[in-house]
Amino acid sequence: MELIQFAQRNYSILLRALGEHIQMVLIALILSVLLAGLLTLVAMFFKRAGKFLTYLFSVVYSIPSIALFALMIPIPGMGLGRNTAITVLVLYNQFILLRNFITGLQGVDPAIVEAATGMGMTYTQVIFKVLVPLSLKPLFVGIRLALVSTIAIATIAAFIGAGGIGLLITIGLETGNNNRVLWGVILSAGLGIAANAVLVFAEKRIK
Amino acid sequence: MMANTTIAIEYQHVYKRFNGANYNAVNDVDLSINEGEFITILGSSGSGKTTLLKMTNRLYDPDSGNVILFGENIRNVDAVKVRRRIGYAIQQVGLLPHMTIAQNIAIVPNLLKWDKQRIDNRVRELTALVGLDCEEFLKRYPAQLSGGQQQRVGLARALAADPKIMLLDEPFGAIDAINRLNLQDELKRIHGGLKKTFLFVTHDINEALKLGTKVIVMNEGQVCQFDTPENIVNKPVGGFVESLIRSYREQEKIWGGLS
Repeated sequence: MELIQFAQRNYSILLRALGEHIQMVLIALILSVLLAGLLTLVAMFFKRAGKFLTYLFSVVYSIPSIALFALMIPIPGMGLGRNTAITVLVLYNQFILLRNFITGLQGVDPAIVEAATGMGMTYTQVIFKVLVPLSLKPLFVGIRLALVSTIAIATIAAFIGAGGIGLLITIGLETGNNNRVLWGVILSAGLGIAANAVLVFAEKRIK
Repeated sequence: MMANTTIAIEYQHVYKRFNGANYNAVNDVDLSINEGEFITILGSSGSGKTTLLKMTNRLYDPDSGNVILFGENIRNVDAVKVRRRIGYAIQQVGLLPHMTIAQNIAIVPNLLKWDKQRIDNRVRELTALVGLDCEEFLKRYPAQLSGGQQQRVGLARALAADPKIMLLDEPFGAIDAINRLNLQDELKRIHGGLKKTFLFVTHDINEALKLGTKVIVMNEGQVCQFDTPENIVNKPVGGFVESLIRSYREQEKIWGGLS
């Protein structure tokens, strides 16, 4: 009851936090997919560069998020705020996306690739006309995993002043306002679960 | 063949060794193939027959030696261009599952930027040529076809841009005996009507002797004999071909004993 009353009194704060969060997540996700797409292409043309990139981002991925956020603050052009948060989120996503994209493309039946090459498709044509359309599902799975992880990690970005749902939790904890903390938890978990459910549903429609 | 024959394919002392191997997959193959022939390449797995085939459309390049197609050394031609001039069909067919049958057959004409009307006509012509009904099949997807029907589409696709040379890598290897015989007959009919040079890899001696106007027998990367089916059977050259023919005669006796 108390929880609902809190929401009624503070709905604009909750909505703003949710809006900020969604915005931060979407920007980060779009940039992540673009960058990962580009790096995947590099990896497809230069196998060793692909191995190096995957390794590099696996190291980045293993750094705890709060430490990575802190690490970015002294870097020129970064500092506190949303842009730094988005940069960190994009970096984290690269491991998830790159690994899923590369294994997805490499998972296409080699007989199909051989037939396409033997007919006279260039390697670029093989990638875009054969490999990408035939690995939509793994590509999509990668994006879904990245989205869910971005929603979660973005909550921590409140520590470096990026706003969003995380701010409800940090302020709530500092001021001992349990309702605020609980709403932060509900919104971030709910957003993650909802986004995952929607994308799982969409994924099933991909042939 | 006619007195005035053109040489379609020439292998000049071709060698190929794969990374890490301590033997040559193809070891000094040196022969010429006339235009219009139906050449079958017979050998067991590891004989180098597929490697030789793949050096004909630059899926592999020889370590030394040259492959000459109609007088042109393909080492000097862009691999993609070489492949678009040559039909290629493989055992696994490799139809693109996200494209319809019509789209699959149209792949090479599309790569060559033919206009739409010409492609449509060609697709219909080829579908009929390989014995499939246009209305029934063109809008279907590969997964909706049987293995034999898929391979017919694979043949149509390989023939699409009217290549002078067709490379066929055990195209009927995964097809049941009855359909296989039908497809062999149809392939022979198609070859007869087209004046193209066919290169057909198989490990099945019956298939090699039945389809080939000439047969290349390969073992351990080398050509053991390159001759007409009649001469392979009646005048086998060397131990390998002799034992091949003998083992086949042994099998025939089983049938003789049963009937």
